[in-house]
Amino acid sequence: MADGANLPAADFAAGTPRARAARPVILSLDHVDKVFGTSVVALRDMALEVRQGDFISLLGPSGCGKSTALRLISGLMQPTRGRVRWEDPQARDTLGVVFQEPTLMPWATVAENVWLPLRLRGKSRAQVMPDIAEALAMVGLTGFENAYPRELSGGMKMRVSIARALVTHPRLILMDEPFAALDEITRFKLNNDLLAMREKLDCTVIFVTHSVFESVFLSDRIVIMAARPGRVIRELAVDAPYPRDAAFRTSTEYVAHCRAASEALAEAMQGVAHEG
Amino acid sequence: MAVTDAGPSRATNTQSAPVVDAEEAGRLALMRRERTLRWALPSAVFLALILLWQGAVTVYEIPHYQLPGPFLVMQTLVEDFGSLAGSWWTTVRITVLALILAIIGGGGLAILFTQSRWIEMSLFPYMVVLQVTPIIAIAPLIFIYIDSHIARVLFIAWIVAFFPVLSNTALGLKSSDHNLRDLMTIYRASRWQRLRFLQLPSSLPYFLGGLRIAGGLALIGAVVAEFTMGSGGQSAGLAFRILESSYRLNVPRMFAALVLVILTGIAIYLVLSWVTWLLLHKWHESALKREG
Ligand SMILES: Nc1ncnc2c1ncn2[C@@H]1O[C@H](COP(=O)(O)OP(=O)(O)OP(=O)(O)O)[C@@H](O)[C@H]1O
Ligand SMILES: [Mg+2]
Repeated sequence: MADGANLPAADFAAGTPRARAARPVILSLDHVDKVFGTSVVALRDMALEVRQGDFISLLGPSGCGKSTALRLISGLMQPTRGRVRWEDPQARDTLGVVFQEPTLMPWATVAENVWLPLRLRGKSRAQVMPDIAEALAMVGLTGFENAYPRELSGGMKMRVSIARALVTHPRLILMDEPFAALDEITRFKLNNDLLAMREKLDCTVIFVTHSVFESVFLSDRIVIMAARPGRVIRELAVDAPYPRDAAFRTSTEYVAHCRAASEALAEAMQGVAHEG
Repeated sequence: MAVTDAGPSRATNTQSAPVVDAEEAGRLALMRRERTLRWALPSAVFLALILLWQGAVTVYEIPHYQLPGPFLVMQTLVEDFGSLAGSWWTTVRITVLALILAIIGGGGLAILFTQSRWIEMSLFPYMVVLQVTPIIAIAPLIFIYIDSHIARVLFIAWIVAFFPVLSNTALGLKSSDHNLRDLMTIYRASRWQRLRFLQLPSSLPYFLGGLRIAGGLALIGAVVAEFTMGSGGQSAGLAFRILESSYRLNVPRMFAALVLVILTGIAIYLVLSWVTWLLLHKWHESALKREG
């Protein structure tokens, strides 16, 4: 955990997020375009500044380029125009990713799956045993080290996937609709746990979702996007302090934020319709 | 909210527990019956065929140089086992060696192909040519160009057996999960790490599927090779014994040798199925169904 020590978790725990502008920038997207083939504009002129400690949700309809944005950030593809500028190289080196599917190796046990990112850096299992145990404890899967993925439920597989992303002590985690395939009860539980984990790890998250409710519950910034061409339409701040727990979901504050986000989304989409 | 749900649902569970038990018991009984039938039915068919065969031979008084009865075949097998065993061993050795070469050659080529598109593009067509050329047609050439008998026979058996290993493994190496591939890229895996941690394990079920086909083909190759190449002196295989017995009109001995060939094929299949199960049963879908 030594990695993120320079930003005390207490800042979130106390419910007094430091002024955003004072936090260092981790990375920024600089007028990024991504065009597939000659005509599919997946992203147009996307600008985004990610600061340490942010929990950013990318919210928008299918096909608006959310996954494309994450793939550009993770370096899986290069922008057609503009740049992805990393200000914090260590964040790039320890980057954690979680996909919509758990994406586990079925032939490997839970512990071996979590070991993978460190194994690829040449670390022996004995060497990183404590890190694996810690990551599994964080997602509540202590005792499942030797289980195979097929023996786990969908929610548990997702937890393994998250543990694998956490094991490198990442400063930045990218999550692409990680809970979309889960039932609502499991999703709520994982949302709560995700926030609790973040309190402990003090990392930055970019989270892609279709769900207004999920984005409001989790994030302090919601980036609303539209399709054809994919682009950012609005940015909303959710200034409710962390830690947020299950009680936040029933608060009037939460409901108000959800309404605001839904309206912003609908309004933005409508504006788009008129434009087009 | 989960807690309030759990109450009533647990209550209904206890009420309907006996029903579930009866259902469960029924399913278990069905499974047990199916497991018994799985070996009982083929055994019954086998017995019926043997009896029919023996019956026909007895009733129509077929001379044993035309069609020996199963009991005579068994008797010949036991009596001639001393001379047949050596040939059997020769055939088994060639088959196993050819299979090992098929694994090395097919698997190695498949790995080479995934490492370089250029190599794959250059060589794959010739692999197909090797595969589709009738081996009997090039046997005379092999006879001219290769001196050692054992090398000739192995070469033929290898050509017959290696292609399924190659094509299945090549397919398996390419069909790893694309998200896992992205993950490897994000974690900056080297080419070797990608092969070791992702492609090889993903291809294992495909490779084993190819291996099971190759096992049978290696045996066919070993027999065909001996038919076309003749025997290599004292280390004659089963194919040579079949030919030899046919020249002498010793049909019961032909049948006895044939029985050994068939038993070998079955044994190879069983061993390879067992290896497949051993390697896959912990994680792969194909092997899971058998467990239940
Ligand atoms: N590799 C690709 N080749 C061609 N077109 C692509 C490719 N990847 C994405 N696209 C196109 O780019 C657009 C944005 O896709 P993207 O996957 O980023 O959307 P998304 O917002 O993640 O959608 P969803 O919510 O359905 O996951 C879509 O129109 C898609 O068809
Ligand atoms: Mg997507």
